[in-house]
Amino acid sequence: MTTVSTASTLGGTSSLRKAKDRTATTLIWLSFGVALVPLVWLLWTVVAKGLHAVTRHGWFTRSQRGITYREPGGGAWHAVVGTLEQVALCTAISVPIAVLVAIYLVEYGRGPLARATTFMVDILTGIPSIVASLFIYAAFITTFGGQRAGWLVSLALVMLMIPVVVRTTEEMLKLVPNELREASYALGVPKWKTITRIVLPTAASGIITGVVLGIARVAGETAPLLILVGYSPNRNYNLFSGPQGSLPGMIKDQFSNLGNTHVLINGHPATVHWAANRMWGAALTLIVLVMALNLTARLIARRSKVS
Amino acid sequence: MTERTRPPGGAGEPDGFGDPLDQLTERPGFFAPSVGPVIGSAQPLAVSTLEQESPVFGAGSVDLGTPPGRVRIGDRVMHGLTAGAGAFVVLLIALVALFLLIKAIPSITSDRDNFLTSRNWDVDGTVLHYGVLPLLWTTVLISLLAMVLAVPVAIGIALFITQYAPKRLARPVAYVVDLLAAVPSIIYGIWGIAVLAPWMQPFANWISRHLGGFPLFADKNVQYGTVFTGGVVLAVMILPIITAVGRDVFERTPTANIEAAWALGATRWEMIRLSVLPHGRPGLVSGAMLGLGRALGETIAISLILSKVSNAGPFSWSIFDGGETFASKIANSASEFNTPKQTGAFIVAGLVLFVLTFAVNAAARAIVNRRREFS
Repeated sequence: MTTVSTASTLGGTSSLRKAKDRTATTLIWLSFGVALVPLVWLLWTVVAKGLHAVTRHGWFTRSQRGITYREPGGGAWHAVVGTLEQVALCTAISVPIAVLVAIYLVEYGRGPLARATTFMVDILTGIPSIVASLFIYAAFITTFGGQRAGWLVSLALVMLMIPVVVRTTEEMLKLVPNELREASYALGVPKWKTITRIVLPTAASGIITGVVLGIARVAGETAPLLILVGYSPNRNYNLFSGPQGSLPGMIKDQFSNLGNTHVLINGHPATVHWAANRMWGAALTLIVLVMALNLTARLIARRSKVS
Repeated sequence: MTERTRPPGGAGEPDGFGDPLDQLTERPGFFAPSVGPVIGSAQPLAVSTLEQESPVFGAGSVDLGTPPGRVRIGDRVMHGLTAGAGAFVVLLIALVALFLLIKAIPSITSDRDNFLTSRNWDVDGTVLHYGVLPLLWTTVLISLLAMVLAVPVAIGIALFITQYAPKRLARPVAYVVDLLAAVPSIIYGIWGIAVLAPWMQPFANWISRHLGGFPLFADKNVQYGTVFTGGVVLAVMILPIITAVGRDVFERTPTANIEAAWALGATRWEMIRLSVLPHGRPGLVSGAMLGLGRALGETIAISLILSKVSNAGPFSWSIFDGGETFASKIANSASEFNTPKQTGAFIVAGLVLFVLTFAVNAAARAIVNRRREFS
């Protein structure tokens, strides 16, 4: 064993070795600090800069309709609705497919199809969101002549959500003790009923964790929004036609207009930062949404029956 | 498997489902010692080959209320549904490749330049002159920079969590690193350009003033929106992925190896160098490649951070220059998707990106899976 042959040359603990050990320890503690810095810094920035906009009256009830980048006011309701609708449609499509794929891989998966599926789920995990969006664009807009709309965003998000849910569900199904399945079979319960009545309920909390993590993963995706739907500052509850607002879209929109800062107040030039204000406000709203989903997922996972 | 149907009268629930044990014991040959019961077999195929009259435990697909060996309709539906979902995923990837290819080919053939090596991007007119070389360079440069910064830190954090941190601290730390992955990339983008970039500018200036002789560090007079800024932000974004994989492999270091190192009087660092790191190396390589795959495809953060620059001058090697990656180019130009030919040029860029990430991810998975077979 290489470990032994190399290690046997170690003598007593010389000062050099001690120094090396101490350096390594310092560096490793330091790297932990390095990871903390950006997270704390980023969260602090978003909260500090975004709180003002979010706590304004009407942030969660009004849209940006008719409000220019040089004036205050309006809210993010149009964006919240858009994001929720797009993510809801995406979840409704992805979850059944993903859970079925996971069941196939754990309960049935043998042979070439199962191997191909595992491999393709891995590839899907790594597929860039912009490529998924381009695919939906090429398929639905250039080939079938569709119009840009919210539901196409949901379709692109489906491709990003499926692998997350498949992976977590798969892990959870594997954790279900085989004894439960065997006990069920021993009572003559058919396999499909064992899966739907025994295996899935046992793994339910873990599956829900996966779904929530998947939702958190896609809620902040921006690339599909740029390609597949126009941004609208007005309310649009219809997923299937017209431009639609969304939180990442709103951040991008306000970001593109950060330069609109010069106004005349009583004839005197002045500088305002309403676009920046709303951009950080939308960012805070989005991050709170995503973080809340993440924490929920952790809490559900902690109560899980199987892990 | 042969075609099987339920016997007449057996629709819905199997007759004996209410109390299958009664029925079991009534059946002839239940205690026959000749055929051992197959306990816990989840494989219906294996069952149908057994002797027809023998009772089988755990063969979930065999309906005890019907003549043995028949597969329930519910099981066939379930198997079909799940296999169909699996096939759908496989089909989906095939469709992505197919559609991108179909839409890209007309644009590649009508490109007057070589689509891989040209530095032009002129897709507005009827004649296309474009190539993805600058996109490829910026994409690879920014991703490699992110890797160089992220991999050592990720290894450090993974070692911290698995080898150094007290148990109480390890879980929260792991959770904090996972939270980094939860932050939406557009928020990394606005934070990177509005907060991080001004803060790093003096540092960037210092490097380019002292090391500007190297083409890689030459000063290009780009404020804030440089490959350098983008690389640092990307490094933060891919940190959780690499850390997660690293944590996973370090945790699985065989205790025997660790204890052998301790027994030889190794210091903690020597123990790590002798047993933990060698064991985790393949896992780390694949984790780094997963991170690379993520970095190559990152869109909106890079699109917000990088300044667009003209490709007219001599080729720029510098990390203190702006540019566009595949993903950011497509995102920036999303409003210009007017004619099919023009859109095709961007789809070509997407196709090259797809091939690139596919290759990187497949290689990473291959390394992980090969490792799994041995351990």
